Amino acid sequence: MSKEMVNPRNAYGETLVKLGKKLPNLVVLDADLSKSTKTIIFAKKYPQRFFEMGIAEANMISTAAGLASCGKIVFASTFAVFATGRVYDQVRMDVAYSNANVKIFATHGGISVGKDGASHQMIEDIALMRVLPNMKVFAPSDATQTQRIVECMAKEYGPMYARVGRASAPLIYKMGELKDLKIGKGIQIKSGEDVSIIACGTMVDYSIDARELLLKEGIKTRVIDMHTIKPIDKNLIIKCAKETNAIITLEEHSIIGGLGSAVSEILAENKCSCGFKRMGIQDIFCESGEPNELFAKYGLSTNHIVKTTKKLLAA
Amino acid sequence: MLFRAKSGHPGGSLSAVDAIVALYFHHMNHNPHKPDDPNRDRFILSKGHAAPALYAVLAECGYFDVKELKNLREINCMLQGHPVCKNIPGVEASTGSLGHGLSFASGTALAGKLDKRNYKVYVMLGDGETDEGQIWEAASAASHYKLDNLTGLLDRNFLQIDGHTEDVLRLESVRERWSSFGWNVVEIDGHDISQIIDALNKTNGHRKQPSMIILNTVKGKGVSFMENNVDFHGVPPNELEYKLAMRELDALQRKLEVAQ
Repeated sequence: MSKEMVNPRNAYGETLVKLGKKLPNLVVLDADLSKSTKTIIFAKKYPQRFFEMGIAEANMISTAAGLASCGKIVFASTFAVFATGRVYDQVRMDVAYSNANVKIFATHGGISVGKDGASHQMIEDIALMRVLPNMKVFAPSDATQTQRIVECMAKEYGPMYARVGRASAPLIYKMGELKDLKIGKGIQIKSGEDVSIIACGTMVDYSIDARELLLKEGIKTRVIDMHTIKPIDKNLIIKCAKETNAIITLEEHSIIGGLGSAVSEILAENKCSCGFKRMGIQDIFCESGEPNELFAKYGLSTNHIVKTTKKLLAA
Repeated sequence: MLFRAKSGHPGGSLSAVDAIVALYFHHMNHNPHKPDDPNRDRFILSKGHAAPALYAVLAECGYFDVKELKNLREINCMLQGHPVCKNIPGVEASTGSLGHGLSFASGTALAGKLDKRNYKVYVMLGDGETDEGQIWEAASAASHYKLDNLTGLLDRNFLQIDGHTEDVLRLESVRERWSSFGWNVVEIDGHDISQIIDALNKTNGHRKQPSMIILNTVKGKGVSFMENNVDFHGVPPNELEYKLAMRELDALQRKLEVAQ
């Protein structure tokens, strides 16, 4: 059965328009990538409330903080690599330290950016944002969840960072589902008692596919969609540790500093003795290629998930 | 304040303080009892290391108790080494990492335009600070968006930590730089209060362009041995220096009182 594919970037742009109608104080900034981040959808509908900042990301983030200080809800968008690493000091001082109501929404996160190569494949953004006090961090898994996360970001005060990938992604949730999504509450989307896969972003769909393959071999896999990486859902992680034999984290991000680190911190501090393995990009820069080729080469294919799971359970 | 704190930046605070005094006591529309008034004029100290100058002015205005000043940089106290918004009444932006303030100020000016409010935004930059690339990103954007409700004040004291600004990383021609970025540029004596007030009034009336007032200043102004002495950028006076400085400043104050 072929899956329905929707691009989370479009969901972002369209949700901004919907929110823009309800929230007259919502403004959007972009750094010459509005056609890619899809903020252009908002720009066309509300040109007065859209600010093109040019290829000057540092200025964009600090300007966003200035607008927020005057009561605006500010969404600032560009690619994940420019939205975090390039402007770390601006995010740190003007957004996080100042506890400004700025929402950084990044697209083109992870290695599925593909052919642009490692310069554009952002695998450190979650780590960089997670370490900042006051900052909340999200990696929605499909277009439906992106819509809900963006709505939550607009509604709740404070600095926030969200990232989605470049590519269209299979719909995991039907449009209109997830009405009760809450910041900081992970979602168990598949049940199982042998092993838990805790995934975020693009990797949630891969986890569901891997679960089917594992089921054929008699392994029952629980799948958790951990859309909020900070604050992390501590109770859900401990519950998985108690109810299943092992936990695997799965993310399109470095295994250092992201979801895997966040989960391991909870496990280590709460006497959880289950098996544990972080899957993600090993401490390495990747290269140009098609997303599926990159996933296969760098250890994120469904086959890798199946192998890793079996090895972990056998250990 | 700095003598007590045993740390901080006297030189750049003394070069900046006259303009900050002129803004708060003679020009800006602000009310210490309503620090969140959406129509207030805003002042952003982009060169955050001159925090003592800003704090002293805010306290004198009544944003908080003057007694707080003696707790600068102390643990469990409000006044941080560099300005922080949210926690200190009257402080608009958290600064201290150089180069951000002009962008932040542009954001508040953009919001003013969007909301059709008449407030003005003032931002003080250090001259050494304009080494930072972000300053020029912001200079482009403020000019592009025709932010005539934004006025910059450039503390042109010619000194930064490693020496003379023209030796560290050449800035001249400062005037031509800003005007080539589309700014209305005015150059005055940054220690002459009447010139500062006059320049502020004139730039307020300027349309379709942001304005930059180049304040020709003296680092360490008012204390003979600190004037134009780069060693007092980030080093507070010792006990002897403190007594000498206070003697000079007290003498100056008596002279001014007599003149009045």
